[in-house]
Amino acid sequence: MLERIWHILVKEFLQIRRDRWARFRLLVPPLLQVLVFGYAATFEVFGVATAVLDLDHSQESRALVAAFAHNPHFGIVRMAASQREAEAAIDDSSAAVAIVVHAGFAAALRKGQPAPLQVLVDGTNSNSALIALGYVGAIVDTYSQAYQNDLLGRINPKLARTLVQIRLDERPWYNTSLNSRWFFVPGVIATITLIMVVNLTAFAVVREREMGTLEQLMVTPIRPFELIVGKTIPFFCIGLALMTAVTLTGTLWFRVPFRGNPLVLLLGTSLYLLSTLSLGLTISTLCKTQQQAFATNFFLVNPLFILSGFSFPIASMPAFLQWLTYANPVRYFIVIIRAVFLKGVGVAVLAPQLLALAAIGAVLMGVATLRFRKSLD
Amino acid sequence: MNANEITVAATGLTKRFGPLTAVDGLDLAVRRGEIFGLVGPDGAGKTTALRMFAAVMAPDAGRVSVGGVDVVAEPERVRERISYMPQRFGLYEDLTVDENIRFYAELFAVPRRLREQRAARLLAASSMERFRKRLAGQLSGGMKQKLGLACALVHAPSIVLLDEPTTGVDPLSRREFWQILYGLRAEGVTLLISTAYLDEAERCDRLALLHGGRMLYCDTPAALRARMPGALAEFATPAPRQLRDALQGRAGVLGVLLVGNGVHVHLDQAGRLAELERQLRDSGVPCDGARLVPPSIEDLFVALLGGAGTQP
Ligand SMILES: Nc1ncnc2c1ncn2[C@@H]1O[C@H](COP(=O)(O)OP(=O)(O)OP(=O)(O)O)[C@@H](O)[C@H]1O
Ligand SMILES: [Mg+2]
Repeated sequence: MLERIWHILVKEFLQIRRDRWARFRLLVPPLLQVLVFGYAATFEVFGVATAVLDLDHSQESRALVAAFAHNPHFGIVRMAASQREAEAAIDDSSAAVAIVVHAGFAAALRKGQPAPLQVLVDGTNSNSALIALGYVGAIVDTYSQAYQNDLLGRINPKLARTLVQIRLDERPWYNTSLNSRWFFVPGVIATITLIMVVNLTAFAVVREREMGTLEQLMVTPIRPFELIVGKTIPFFCIGLALMTAVTLTGTLWFRVPFRGNPLVLLLGTSLYLLSTLSLGLTISTLCKTQQQAFATNFFLVNPLFILSGFSFPIASMPAFLQWLTYANPVRYFIVIIRAVFLKGVGVAVLAPQLLALAAIGAVLMGVATLRFRKSLD
Repeated sequence: MNANEITVAATGLTKRFGPLTAVDGLDLAVRRGEIFGLVGPDGAGKTTALRMFAAVMAPDAGRVSVGGVDVVAEPERVRERISYMPQRFGLYEDLTVDENIRFYAELFAVPRRLREQRAARLLAASSMERFRKRLAGQLSGGMKQKLGLACALVHAPSIVLLDEPTTGVDPLSRREFWQILYGLRAEGVTLLISTAYLDEAERCDRLALLHGGRMLYCDTPAALRARMPGALAEFATPAPRQLRDALQGRAGVLGVLLVGNGVHVHLDQAGRLAELERQLRDSGVPCDGARLVPPSIEDLFVALLGGAGTQP
């Protein structure tokens, strides 16, 4: 049995070695993706192009504008002279945000009345618009807080000193500066591995079916299980190599901290590879041609990605979809890989996720083996 | 070892695909050391039958035994003693000729020395020694088939199932192919081979004619030919199509078939020939003479099936 697995292995590696494109295809696109994601995938917005229209020309309004000017999230690209000019800046996309201080701003403040401030946002990219609005809110809050304290200090210094304030002390654990790159890179590693491994495995088996070599193998003494093991081990190795390369890129290039034990990650990765390999194999038993396999992968990989908690929180999904995520290996591996990278936790804490991956892998492998036996009928 | 020992046997073998019965109650007995041909038009059920013999497809009804082993009960034991070459042999196109042979030899645990001996002999017999380092994907269609045969034979099976092995093979290579098969027969190997080439069917020791999943006849080529009712006349002519059109539908003419060197006419009795020749001369169709000839399997097939789907 072992010899036959070995012969399949030798053949698989020979084929991979022979394939000049393989080395390129296996390594370059995944690394490129990590680089692109590492740079591009971020929830933070810096230097939002901002137009300012100050119709009040007061000390207060100038202080507010200065607060925006000094904030790194905003970059003032235009001092508008009229409402029309400010709106035009949004229309022609030269600014994403326009801040309009109407005349009477300072007067209202001094009278203790609500002082209106108009903010125009280019909503065509609602994501960055929302993020920018959040920043605007924060700046304005800080400004009015400071103004109130200042005012109170001038009217009644004694009272001002006794004033109790609640200051929100935000200190996110594990990722103190909420660096979204730290958050994204581990997730990217998980999804890239998923796509690569599922595709490689599914195609490798379907290709044998298409070429007719599978029918040929069926009349050799090889058992379905031996064939499956022999065919998946190479992709397991490739998956591990890929993980290592991508992890090194994340830690050495993007400086994502690696706080955990590499062995825990190795265990998690092995179980994750087992379940993704089995998924690829199961797909391959359902498809007769590489085209079908391609379409199936395409339809599967996207939902797996969306339902993984990688970028959309699972807790905000409808109950039905939340249930579905329990069958998704990516979901568990995202937790594992983020926890190992950022929290440095061990096997004890990750046991539920590790067991879930093992269970998914075992079930899919069983399905693939059973279906494999019957595949000519 | 008995020369008349049955090595491949089927009784009531049936396979259905939905409403279609691809193989319908097939009874077959192949003797040790004979070349047994399965002949039939496209869709006759040849591939399906061979797949069931090779234990890659389970029958819906009936029994199959190969080498005394029940195929349905013990498929793995069957695999060790047979070789099955599918209609499209599964070669790894990104491996060389040598690597393909080696892979299949290793799966059957053929020792290295033996493997090299056999590979050398098989490749020499099919004039392929020069291409041992060539990738299988870069071989011509005929060479691929020959490599497939070499891979299928490298573990020295005692029963060989070949599904249309010479399709797409040039005449010279086909001769080499058959030399190899005759060599195997001489060693006592049993060969079950399907073919759509009717001239090839003549080379088999015995034949089964399949049509629509059923076996119509099973006998030696000579005995089958003797079954042909009436007589067969060959007309030599420079204008075969014109002659065919002139003869079709005349009294006593059962069928007309274009062949390489003229026209074969199936007559209800030999006595009709002289009368037909006279009629042709009167109608002015060019004809260089006619004579009675022994029917070929192709003529027989056309006579029996009305020419449905046969290849020339
Ligand atoms: N896997 C399958 N599923 C459904 N129908 C099938 C399957 N395999 C064969 N058939 C049908 O069964 C019938 C017999 O097919 P088979 O391939 O055995 O014929 P064949 O004699 O080998 O023909 P050919 O000369 O074309 O190879 C055909 O009508 C075919 O369409
Ligand atoms: Mg066929």
